Amino acid sequence: MDSFLSYTFIGLFTGAAYAIAASGLVLTYSTTRVFNIAHGAVGMVFAFVYWDFSQRQHMPAWLALALVLLVVAPAFGVFVQRVLTRGLGSQPIGVSLVVTVGILVGLIGVATQIWPPASRTVPQFFAGHLITLGNVVITWHQVLTVVLSGVVAGCLYLLLNRTRIGTAMRASVDNPDLLQLYGGRPQLVAALAWAIGTSLAALAGILLTPVIGLQYYDLTLLVISAYAAAMLGKLTSLPMTYVGAMGLGILQSYAVGYLPSAGNVAGLRAVVPTLFLFGIIVLLPQAPLRIGQVKGLVSAPVPTLGRASIWGGALVLFAMLLAVGLSTSNLLLLGTAATYAIVMLSLVLLTGYGGQVSLAQFTFAGVGAVAYAKIDQPNLFGLLVATLVAAAVGALVAIPVLRLTGLYLALATLAFAQLMDKLVFQASYAFQFNNPLHAERLSVLGLKIDGTGSYTVMMTIFFVLLALGVIAVRRGRLGRILIAMRDSQAACGTLGLDLRWLRVGLFAASAGIAGLAGALFAGLRGTIVANDFQFFASLLVLLVAVIWGVTSVTGAAIGGVFLMYLPVAQSDHANIAGLLFALLGFGAVALGRDPNGLANKIFGFNSWVVDRLYPALAERYPGMALRSRTDEWDGAVDGVDDESLAASGTEVERDVVVAG
Amino acid sequence: MSLLQVEDVVVQFGGVTAVNHATFEVVAGSVTGLIGPNGAGKTTCFNVITGLQRPTSGHVRFDGRDITRTAVHRRARRGIGRTFQRLEAFGSLTVADNVRVALDIHEGFRGIFRPGDHDVDELLERVGIAEYAAERADSIPTGTARLLELARALACQPRLLLLDEPSSGLDEAETEAFGALLVELAGEGCTVLMVEHDMDLVMSVCDEIHVLDFGSVIAAGTPAEIRVDPKVQRAYLGYSDEGQGAHVAESLDETKVLAR
Ligand SMILES: Nc1ncnc2c1ncn2[C@@H]1O[C@H](COP(=O)(O)OP(=O)(O)OP(=O)(O)O)[C@@H](O)[C@H]1O
Ligand SMILES: [Mg+2]
Repeated sequence: MDSFLSYTFIGLFTGAAYAIAASGLVLTYSTTRVFNIAHGAVGMVFAFVYWDFSQRQHMPAWLALALVLLVVAPAFGVFVQRVLTRGLGSQPIGVSLVVTVGILVGLIGVATQIWPPASRTVPQFFAGHLITLGNVVITWHQVLTVVLSGVVAGCLYLLLNRTRIGTAMRASVDNPDLLQLYGGRPQLVAALAWAIGTSLAALAGILLTPVIGLQYYDLTLLVISAYAAAMLGKLTSLPMTYVGAMGLGILQSYAVGYLPSAGNVAGLRAVVPTLFLFGIIVLLPQAPLRIGQVKGLVSAPVPTLGRASIWGGALVLFAMLLAVGLSTSNLLLLGTAATYAIVMLSLVLLTGYGGQVSLAQFTFAGVGAVAYAKIDQPNLFGLLVATLVAAAVGALVAIPVLRLTGLYLALATLAFAQLMDKLVFQASYAFQFNNPLHAERLSVLGLKIDGTGSYTVMMTIFFVLLALGVIAVRRGRLGRILIAMRDSQAACGTLGLDLRWLRVGLFAASAGIAGLAGALFAGLRGTIVANDFQFFASLLVLLVAVIWGVTSVTGAAIGGVFLMYLPVAQSDHANIAGLLFALLGFGAVALGRDPNGLANKIFGFNSWVVDRLYPALAERYPGMALRSRTDEWDGAVDGVDDESLAASGTEVERDVVVAG
Repeated sequence: MSLLQVEDVVVQFGGVTAVNHATFEVVAGSVTGLIGPNGAGKTTCFNVITGLQRPTSGHVRFDGRDITRTAVHRRARRGIGRTFQRLEAFGSLTVADNVRVALDIHEGFRGIFRPGDHDVDELLERVGIAEYAAERADSIPTGTARLLELARALACQPRLLLLDEPSSGLDEAETEAFGALLVELAGEGCTVLMVEHDMDLVMSVCDEIHVLDFGSVIAAGTPAEIRVDPKVQRAYLGYSDEGQGAHVAESLDETKVLAR
């Protein structure tokens, strides 16, 4: 009975911290329609700032806390709203997710740069003060947290119901169109919501650090608990969010208290929020299709299959040359680049064409790798089975989210990635506590591909074949339907398209491609460990794919090489390792609004140069220049879709005129 | 014989009651009008009929079967097609591809064997926008985009076609051709239910008209009956008499424009 009581108190404490974090998330999401995946990362950074103020600079705890919560955090929140996420609410969900994932990665980079890994402790508030009830001991810190969550709830209630600006906030929750009728100024409302939301993330982070430690990733993943709680209120209702947070906190505490601490179920304790989240997702009602969100996107040029094959052949030839010239360690890097490139191809299909976002793509690669190593059939059959296993797991993730929209799918994938990290990859049927798994290299039709050079060439061939497949899909019926689905789900539905299963199929196909990449990677390395497939890698893959262009296979190829080079650069320049992450993250924030990415800009520049330069050349050297000019032009005409003729790499907002 | 029955439908958004116990029928083979002042709940009714909006209470029957809980795409496959007031054309596809996608979706696997683009050209020709075939759908004028949505809906061979303010953005000649097309469609067995503010068009092509005000049906009948119905006149005129109502309606519209 005593232990039950103390677990309940611990649960209330955790729940109270979750409630504080979750109410900040709900406030920002419901007023601006931007779901801040970086909410936990914000809490993490401000926990570090608090540590810096109170421990390193020896400020009194109350002063440090007041400075963080009332000055630094709100200022940062306003900065994020004004500069980084402004206007994102009306963008497709993929864009706003990529931008906030960029903030997440950027913040982790900033934190590791400013506060390099070291052991740091943040003491509890009123450390040493205890309350004893019979045999149950409660700390003042726990009581304070619960009281603060009540104070936050009360203040939010008063703000939303008793003040003018609060009324405007609620109006924008119900119907953003009506906001102006209440005399609200949307930008002010948004800035206030982000200031408060950021402060609440900071408070939750600071309150939780004495318990879960000052870590980069654990606090960042706090966002999963926060949105699991908020999901109960469909991300908009504050009272239901509190109920969800308390329920989750208590559930988690009982799981820690009563589940065995060894064996296969032990990992369950770490993933209670994820399981809670999936439970709620299954119970949520069907989400209506969104109306009035139509945006035409200017896509990157889609080459014809013939033209793409020529480029693909050239790429394979180039890989062959490198296979002869490079050292084994460099060839391994090249193979890694091919792995990343194939995973990014899976994102071209899913995100670039289908408009869905996955934050677990590298986890699917891990599933494929484990399956390949476990079935121990180093041939095309084993590769196929690994692919199918990854695809099936992908479908399993997508099916519960079937009835919901893109944001929920993306949130479910992040939770899934964490679940795999903490539970499945550690279990005896996968890696088992970081044991390496062994995998053999493939033999194709009886021909053993053993050497690192030939294996790398084979991976390049796989990339080229898959890329051609992706292009073929884009140019065909399915591609047309995917673009239509990305543009307007409501219209697709009223034309008779079952979006739900199309989405599941697309997601499974994309997970399958990622799984194939993982299987090839396992063969390349020979041994793989769980750490190769951590959730953070999935976020990097997504960001790099978007930066280089998630709508084209060229973007995937360049992105693969880029991402391979990132850790190399980081170990070469260890003193700015964090800064490189920060650059990558905030680079994605800057570029995330244009999914066609840098690759398309380079092509745009290229054709700009061609257009300007050729006429001049033609004048000087009439014979030669004219000839190559016509060649180029012919190629461009039949090499490119109609729509690319308008390509400028920016999003075109259609003018919508109100009738009546 | 009624093809569509809307029975006692209520839709509430938070505190706002957009549709308030609306009940009406659409006779098979007719062109029926659904009119009413701004904010009367017409678009919301369309969303309920097509399944994009779940009603708070009430039922929708199509062809005798209760479809209140049927998924959006199933209703479409049973033969309900629509166009949107706020355009939902596929902006990144060409005009021809918009129709092609609709055919792809409608025909499913059979469509793989569709010979050539004959059907696409025919549909574009029929609504009169063939000249725009190669243009991106987000670069064409509003009126043309509305006709495109019509062509796209027709690709699925609907038995009931819901048109939400289809004539806005069309000039006089185009509106006339459009009215003729509606009558022709109804003659071919494609029943039309149309929300429209152009009273001349409504009065000339509709067999029957239902009038919505504040979410309720306040009148129903032939164009001649509706024209002289005092309740209808009050619903429309009432706004300009009181001034304030018109102001609210107008500002609502303005906020919508700004929000886009
Ligand atoms: N998603 C929504 N959330 C909240 N309120 C809504 C929503 N959709 C419509 N409304 C409200 O419901 C009422 C009816 O709207 P509806 O769009 O159905 O009117 P309408 O008759 O089509 O008007 P119009 O002639 O301007 O198109 C309006 O007051 C509108 O503000
Ligand atoms: Mg309307």
